[in-house]
Amino acid sequence: MAESPFKADIERVKREYSEKMTPGAVARIPGSSVVNKTGSWRVFMPEFNRDKCVRCYLCYIYCPEPAIYLDEENYPVFDYDYCKGCGICANECPTDAIVMVRETK
Amino acid sequence: MAVRKPPITTREYWAPGHAACAGCGCATALKLATKAFSEAMEEKYGDPNAFAIAQATGCMEVVSAVFPYTAWKVPWIHVAFENAAAAASGVEAAWKKLGRRGKILAIGGDGGTADIGMQALSGMLERRHNVVYLMYDNEAYMNTGIQRSSSTPYGAWTTTSPPGKYSIGEDKPKKWVALIAAAHQVPYVATASIGNPFDFVRKMKRAAKVDGPAFVQVHCTCPTGWKSPLEKGVEIARLAIETGIWPLFEIENGDFFNIKIQAPGGGAKVKREGGRVVAIEFKKPIEEYLKLQGRFKHLFKRPEAIDEMREQIKAMWKVLGVDVTLPKPGE
Repeated sequence: MAESPFKADIERVKREYSEKMTPGAVARIPGSSVVNKTGSWRVFMPEFNRDKCVRCYLCYIYCPEPAIYLDEENYPVFDYDYCKGCGICANECPTDAIVMVRETK
Repeated sequence: MAVRKPPITTREYWAPGHAACAGCGCATALKLATKAFSEAMEEKYGDPNAFAIAQATGCMEVVSAVFPYTAWKVPWIHVAFENAAAAASGVEAAWKKLGRRGKILAIGGDGGTADIGMQALSGMLERRHNVVYLMYDNEAYMNTGIQRSSSTPYGAWTTTSPPGKYSIGEDKPKKWVALIAAAHQVPYVATASIGNPFDFVRKMKRAAKVDGPAFVQVHCTCPTGWKSPLEKGVEIARLAIETGIWPLFEIENGDFFNIKIQAPGGGAKVKREGGRVVAIEFKKPIEEYLKLQGRFKHLFKRPEAIDEMREQIKAMWKVLGVDVTLPKPGE
């Protein structure tokens, strides 16, 4: 399993974040929004079928979060920490390799 | 099976965890825009990070920079609603003085560009600053609660253009900022859409590589304001191209007689004369685009308003020098 391209950012926020107000309200840590796990907004979650995937990268291009990254073999990996469950990836997938299923917690 | 390389860089400049609604088309647009920009900078200057962003207030500013967090992984400055272009001009001038190579990206929504930031945009284009202005057009002030902007299309519901007995919703045609920008005779002006991301990325790269100002207007869906299903965001944007609502064109140096028009797809027949598109016969009726969105729901009780919309679309294409035929449903 590939690593999220944002792993370093998450660690950096954990290490450097402080509650202190910065001059000019400067957000000092780039990409620090990664601490907001927006995956909790989700109602439907994308389920990925690797055998049907043709690696067209459309889901990777369209994902607004981006909650999809690519592994070593360029298959998409879904980051459920951030996926808001909009379903654009499933709607645009040409081979129906992605289906939206209701999430049970 | 041979595996193609990803069509776009896997470097990320737009981090997840931002507060955009699920299915936000503008978030996709900004993600692709930053990736395209970094590719262009790498090809031109050898440094993928040689760019900075000035962004006007708007949806994408509010969701991406909730203090103390930021979703941006590039130098980014937030300015007021009206002066994204002015701030970008200043940053560009400072970079020039410092001898720094790179390009500035200014981003504004349709309200921050077409209404409030028009003057600053015009000044930036006229002073020939080396800035790309990206206008993400979701066709209303979505951030403050879906008020109409001058970029809202004819017939659309918004909270300040409610349809009813005496109103059909927004009753004025859409303002095309791309054509206004082209009238400044800047090197590069284009319209794009998230319904055709490869075209959008190509245009962003082109805009980033030209010397001088460039303007790109990108159509992006807003499921909240358009009252459309979340998963249909990209499909709706694609239908806008295929039905003729959203033209994809490029204008170089304000040359209105040589507008490059991209084929809309969706079975539309394109007629060319001497390499120039002169007529397009669309095969999909605009109703296919309208019916997916709640903001146009009331129009189906008033077919004469949809006919009026067709006339306005024809008039808009006429400005681009193209005769279009728009079918009615069932034709």
